[in-house]
Amino acid sequence: MTAYLLKRLAIAIATLILASMVVFAVLEILPGDPARLMLGLNASAEQVELLRNQMGLNAPLVLRYLHWVGGLLSLDFGRSYTYSVPVIDLVRERMAVSLPLALIALALSTIIAIPVGLYSASRRGRAGDTIAMGAAQLGVAVPNFWFALMLIYLFAVWLRLVPAGGFPGWGAGVWPALKSLLLPAVALALPQAAILARVARSALIEVLNEDYIRTARAKGLPYRAVLWRHALRNAMIPVLTILGLQFAFLLAGTIIIENVFYLPGLGRLVFQAITQRDLVVVESIVMLLVVAVIAVNLVVDVSYAIVDPRLRGRQ
Amino acid sequence: MKLWKTILAAAVLALAAGSQAFAARTDLVIGITLEPPHLDPTAGAAAAIDEVLYANVFEGLTRIGPNGEVLPDLAESWAISDDGKVYTFKLHTGVKFHDGTDFDASDVKFSLDRARADNSVNAQKALFAAIDTVDVVDPATVKVTLKNPQGSFLYNMGWGDAVIVAPESADTNKEKPIGTGPFKFQSWAKGSSITLVKSDTYWGAPVSLDKAEFRIVPDAAAAVPALLSGDIQAFPFFDPDSVAQVKDDPRFKVVIGSTEGETILAINNKKQPFDKLEVRQAIAFALDRKAIIDGASAGLGVPIGSHMSPASKAYVDLTGLYPHNVDKAKELLKQAGFENGFKATLKLPPPSYARLGGEIIASQLRDVGIDLEIIPVEWAQWLDQVFTKKDYDLTIVSHTEPNDIDIYSRKDYYFNYDNPAFDKIIAELNLTSDDAKRNTLLGEAQKILADDAVVGFLYELPKVGVWDAKLQGLWENAPIQANDLTKVKWTD
Repeated sequence: MTAYLLKRLAIAIATLILASMVVFAVLEILPGDPARLMLGLNASAEQVELLRNQMGLNAPLVLRYLHWVGGLLSLDFGRSYTYSVPVIDLVRERMAVSLPLALIALALSTIIAIPVGLYSASRRGRAGDTIAMGAAQLGVAVPNFWFALMLIYLFAVWLRLVPAGGFPGWGAGVWPALKSLLLPAVALALPQAAILARVARSALIEVLNEDYIRTARAKGLPYRAVLWRHALRNAMIPVLTILGLQFAFLLAGTIIIENVFYLPGLGRLVFQAITQRDLVVVESIVMLLVVAVIAVNLVVDVSYAIVDPRLRGRQ
Repeated sequence: MKLWKTILAAAVLALAAGSQAFAARTDLVIGITLEPPHLDPTAGAAAAIDEVLYANVFEGLTRIGPNGEVLPDLAESWAISDDGKVYTFKLHTGVKFHDGTDFDASDVKFSLDRARADNSVNAQKALFAAIDTVDVVDPATVKVTLKNPQGSFLYNMGWGDAVIVAPESADTNKEKPIGTGPFKFQSWAKGSSITLVKSDTYWGAPVSLDKAEFRIVPDAAAAVPALLSGDIQAFPFFDPDSVAQVKDDPRFKVVIGSTEGETILAINNKKQPFDKLEVRQAIAFALDRKAIIDGASAGLGVPIGSHMSPASKAYVDLTGLYPHNVDKAKELLKQAGFENGFKATLKLPPPSYARLGGEIIASQLRDVGIDLEIIPVEWAQWLDQVFTKKDYDLTIVSHTEPNDIDIYSRKDYYFNYDNPAFDKIIAELNLTSDDAKRNTLLGEAQKILADDAVVGFLYELPKVGVWDAKLQGLWENAPIQANDLTKVKWTD
């Protein structure tokens, strides 16, 4: 197990170095000058040059790369060109929205998907299964922003139970902040739940055909107990894989939902930074996300070993 | 009996609560599309900075009023020397910055000197180019000497880029803006909202609002439910395509005004075949402005025939010079030697007026034989390729700076237009301060641009504002990009 983890760690570090080079190179190739964007159409070329110097954009490429990577290693992510505040502060503020949102959505999606998957698998081919999987199919097909707008019209405009969007900040109290994350979390969770339910169902069906399930039933264990204790645990590996992928997506891939609910999340920060060529912000956040994805994958690998004891001894 | 008492008590309480509700509101949530990158109007071109801070937090010597007029602001009055070169400003006294420091003539000198210094990164540095010296006469008087008379000097001093800042806080205004205005900055939740509160130490007429929050709503689809749910009570710059959803709702007022945004089909005047006058004229005849306005701006927007806002006093209507006429366009192309038309590119930046307008224009030009390849670009690419490197044939963009006809006389500007006769008029204009004379010169300038068909003049971008019907005092027009809240109040 230790050797296995060490090997994984080495691969992770190599991936990070490679990713940092690719990220930096790609953003350098991208046309567009952050200084010109800040000064607008009326500024002269000399003034743009002056600002470029002030921003340190005129230093040689390799030097700037090394400076950036050096900063990352000492946990100094640099300063945003446009906001002119440390990138780490921006990320911390946005994480206060994105992380709880991702966690709530993930929890919701699991709570919905696992029982639906179990139900469908156990009533395979019958009416209940067909209806549940039809609904899941719809959940995968309907774009989440449309779904989000419907939720807004129903719960915010018509019933006025929750705000139509925005985020008051955790300083405004836990409940108001949570309330503003509810609809976006539901809008994010449903399509994810639909995918997860389908994966859970097929994994369970496969497991239910195994010999040990028949054995368990044959020794007199009630169906429900077999399902929960034996089948579900064995079907967890594909479900965990999907959950890991979904969590990585929910952290940064929620830009559309963040726009519909005008939430100050990480996705919108990245998007805004790209359009404004705030290269430092884009580079640093992309690297943070690479780290996050690698970390999530590592956690998933470890959890495989927890659910499946057979994996623990393996290299 | 006891029950009656309870009911009575409840009724009294309800009445008290009711009368509370009748007192006019003093808070307002305003929706804006783009978040300001920072909060210092003297250090960036982003319109979003002025949309939050201009006239609310920061004030200049002069200011621009709701209809584009120059009004006194921190300068109570001024005298201009006979040669038009010396401006003596009499300042208001008893003015305090929000951090408690006093405002006086030395702050004016500091601000103007800072903006025009060699290392200044003021986005509109040209506004200060004519200034020779700034002298403090006494704490309430400041004397500005110009290198040459400048007709637009008082107007220039009213821009957001020319607001007065204090030496103590100038360097930190980006994060914590300190001005002299009726509102002071309270907080900025990045990506979410900026909150201003009433300043108790304001020198001028007190404002009605106690608190104003600017909430950032980037998506037009989100703006409508935000209004309908009452979360946000005003969108001063609303998406024209979404107006239909709220226009019949009596709870809201839809106000359509003018901007200073001349929307044009810019032409690279040095690139073949656009260096030929006939080709540019053919394009002008090929354009059907009404169809473009209908398709790109939901039918809102006023056609223009040259580079001037129809709301301006200097405006000359030249839309009749090249009426939509496909045959005329074809004939001109034939004269220019392009009987079979030609191919060119059309680069389109992200705003919907450009993306939608571009498709319509491409089809209109195809009708006369010009085959356009549409290339969508981001703003950063547009600035780089089109504006800086001039690597383009045609592009669509709205020039939102007020009174900016002089851009056509700028050397090396992206139109690549060069006409000494036009430059002469602009040079003369710069030295003229008499309004009537200025308007005559501006009229001549407009005519030259129209005759030369320098670019395809399309329409003036509309300002579509939507807000709660009980709200009063928001600007109808946008002579500059600002949300002046000084006169805003709730009525009941």
